Amino acid sequence: MSHGNKNQAAMVKEISGTNPLKCMKCGKCSASCPAFDKMDIKPHQFVSYVVNEDVESLAKCESLWVCLSCFACVERCPRDVKPGKIVDAARQIVVRQKGGNYLSANEIPELIDEDLPQQLLVSAFRKFRR
Amino acid sequence: MHGIGVFVCHCGSNIAATVDVKKVVEMARLEPGVVHAEDYQYMCSEAGQEKIAAAIREKNLKGIVVCSCSPRMHEATFRKCAEKAGINPYMVEIANIREQCSWIHKDIAEGTEKAVILTRAAIAKVNLNTSLVPGESLVTKRALVIGGGIAGIQTALDIADAGYEVDIVEKTPSIGGKMAQLDKTFPTLDCSACILTPKMVDAAAHEKITLYTYSEIEKVSGFVGDFTVEIRKKARYVNMDKCTGCGVCMEKCPSKKALSEFNAGLNTRPAIYTPFAQAIPNVPVIDPTQCTKLKTGKCGLCERFCQAGAIDYTQQDEIVTQKYGAIVVATGFDVIKLDNYDEYAYSQSKDVITSLELERIMNAAGPTKGHLERMSDGKHPKNIVFIQCVGSRCNDSKGKPYCSKICCMYTAKHAMLIRDKYPDVNVTVFYIDVRTPGKNFDEFYRRAVEEYGVNYVKGQVGKVTPEPDGSLTVHGVDLLENKQLKVSADMVVLAAAIEPNPAVRKIATMLTASIDTNNFLTEAHPKLRPVESPTAGVFLSGVCQGPKDIPETVSQAGAAAIKVVGLLAKDKLLTNPCTAKPDELRCNGCSVCANVCPYGAISYEDKLVNDHGVRETRRVAVVNSALCQGCGACTVACPSGVMDLQGFSNRQIIAEVDAICR
Repeated sequence: MSHGNKNQAAMVKEISGTNPLKCMKCGKCSASCPAFDKMDIKPHQFVSYVVNEDVESLAKCESLWVCLSCFACVERCPRDVKPGKIVDAARQIVVRQKGGNYLSANEIPELIDEDLPQQLLVSAFRKFRR
Repeated sequence: MHGIGVFVCHCGSNIAATVDVKKVVEMARLEPGVVHAEDYQYMCSEAGQEKIAAAIREKNLKGIVVCSCSPRMHEATFRKCAEKAGINPYMVEIANIREQCSWIHKDIAEGTEKAVILTRAAIAKVNLNTSLVPGESLVTKRALVIGGGIAGIQTALDIADAGYEVDIVEKTPSIGGKMAQLDKTFPTLDCSACILTPKMVDAAAHEKITLYTYSEIEKVSGFVGDFTVEIRKKARYVNMDKCTGCGVCMEKCPSKKALSEFNAGLNTRPAIYTPFAQAIPNVPVIDPTQCTKLKTGKCGLCERFCQAGAIDYTQQDEIVTQKYGAIVVATGFDVIKLDNYDEYAYSQSKDVITSLELERIMNAAGPTKGHLERMSDGKHPKNIVFIQCVGSRCNDSKGKPYCSKICCMYTAKHAMLIRDKYPDVNVTVFYIDVRTPGKNFDEFYRRAVEEYGVNYVKGQVGKVTPEPDGSLTVHGVDLLENKQLKVSADMVVLAAAIEPNPAVRKIATMLTASIDTNNFLTEAHPKLRPVESPTAGVFLSGVCQGPKDIPETVSQAGAAAIKVVGLLAKDKLLTNPCTAKPDELRCNGCSVCANVCPYGAISYEDKLVNDHGVRETRRVAVVNSALCQGCGACTVACPSGVMDLQGFSNRQIIAEVDAICR
């Protein structure tokens, strides 16, 4: 089963803080995802890509940039696997490799308002640095 | 002590793979007092035991150390073997080199070193062992069953049929439990009431069974064979001897707002009520939180209409004290609260229901007289969606980590019954896995799919949204098709997880019976003693031990009953001689030990003592060895170091520590 880059998979696990082996393949993440139809790799599949150490395919997929970071999957995952965090981690790896910033840090304070969850802002920040 | 024998077990490869047993034997020979040491593949086998017995006889051994598995496993085996060979059974020590050594180490050198040290400690201890003789205690030939569901009823019937007195204590006004609420039972689809009510009648009519309904356990003291239990009989406000069960009071009662517990809160019941028509006993109770007369002093309608004069507003709770030889816990389960699962809209829509609620809706005696109706508008639903594993198999903080085991089967049952009675209704079941092990179980599920056309979809539902037109949109996924689905439904049924009855915590504490992190009672051994609690004299029946269906519950109830009968058949029990013993000369009667004793085994007496020629009367601690369980709390609490546990004396423990640190 195992192919691809072991280190990258380990990195995804470390950054996301999740254990993909806990997944029981119930699909509640995919049932909850508002961007499901636009995704090439579906939320419940993210987990298998990490288990199979194929982060390269994950890094190339459209889903990474289609994910809205709504965290419905993180909220509802019954096994504490939280696929949204896996996407987030994969995005970070891609952004690090590319090095560029889309959103500059200086712009962030203007975007903050009280009701905005911090996590969302961090996600958005990573997402736009394509 | 001279004349110690050491016997090292390989346990096949369990020990020998990680511990160099020959080396352990060699090192043991060097210890003072050891005159014999050998190893064998399976010490617990007949051949192994014969080796031990032969060595005891031939080398005139005084004490032995068996290096093997946990004492919980085979201490009794080796003690019996030693006794047969002619030495006191308490001259046997076990060095646990399996669970605490070979199983947890991978490195042979490390494992061997630890095994040698553990053996050394056991040798040091056995050096100071003394012969102990167990006492005897009488067995009260009466059993208590806590809980009057199918588990409790079956256990009680089996014990009573064997000729022993049994009392059933049931918290609610009637026996019957959850099974009484069910409509049909899988996999045969026979009517639940039809097979349960005869058993309820049998239990009530049995001359050896006494029912304490609407009663709770208040206090438990004593020990195996001799428990003393206080039972609180809650005030019914109805005289059980006078009531004829005519039911006029229930008709006339003007306060009808309380939600019916029996109908899972789907309709209401009067303040004076029996839970259901076939209740046993068929004597109503007055709910004091609902009764106008009890709350304000006005009303009294039921009293006026009761021809038998059975209503008694002055009734008080009554405490009954009874002695028992054995106690069976059969407290059953509840469906979890769904507060944590807002995404399924249970609290937002009346048409999102639990499976237990559907059970009542399908039942002819239920709130809809058995017609399949939406609870919101009474309309006949056309599309029903079942969601499996709601709160089961969750290792987040919201649900339960275990599989509730019964949901796959009852959902297949519900789906099949609906399709059979209403072929116009479309039934969709969202599942994660379908788990149907059991006789005729998988065939049953396949019948739902193949013959009844139930649509099974693999994938958990993400959320359920109530729509303005009264319908419900189910946001699901078909993982096998890799498609997201939006299904419009008129009714959504949630297979909510089951959990042990919340009252079990309190009861387990009173019984000093252990429970696991999910509040299920722990077995004495998960495989070999599944119906006994580690606390002697306490037995387990039904879902209080773990999720199970009716056939399994009934089997376990019978198993618990035979264990109880086995205990009650004895006239006397041997008590554990490893009890606390004070040194009267040095005890200053401070009461610290009595205060920490969880079993109430320590009292004080004024005793005449002879302290180096000085004769005087002193207040000293006295241990009732029948009550003492040998926990050792007093030995560490005693400020003067006067209390000692026989078989685990302070000197022995220090000797073990010294041997380990040597």
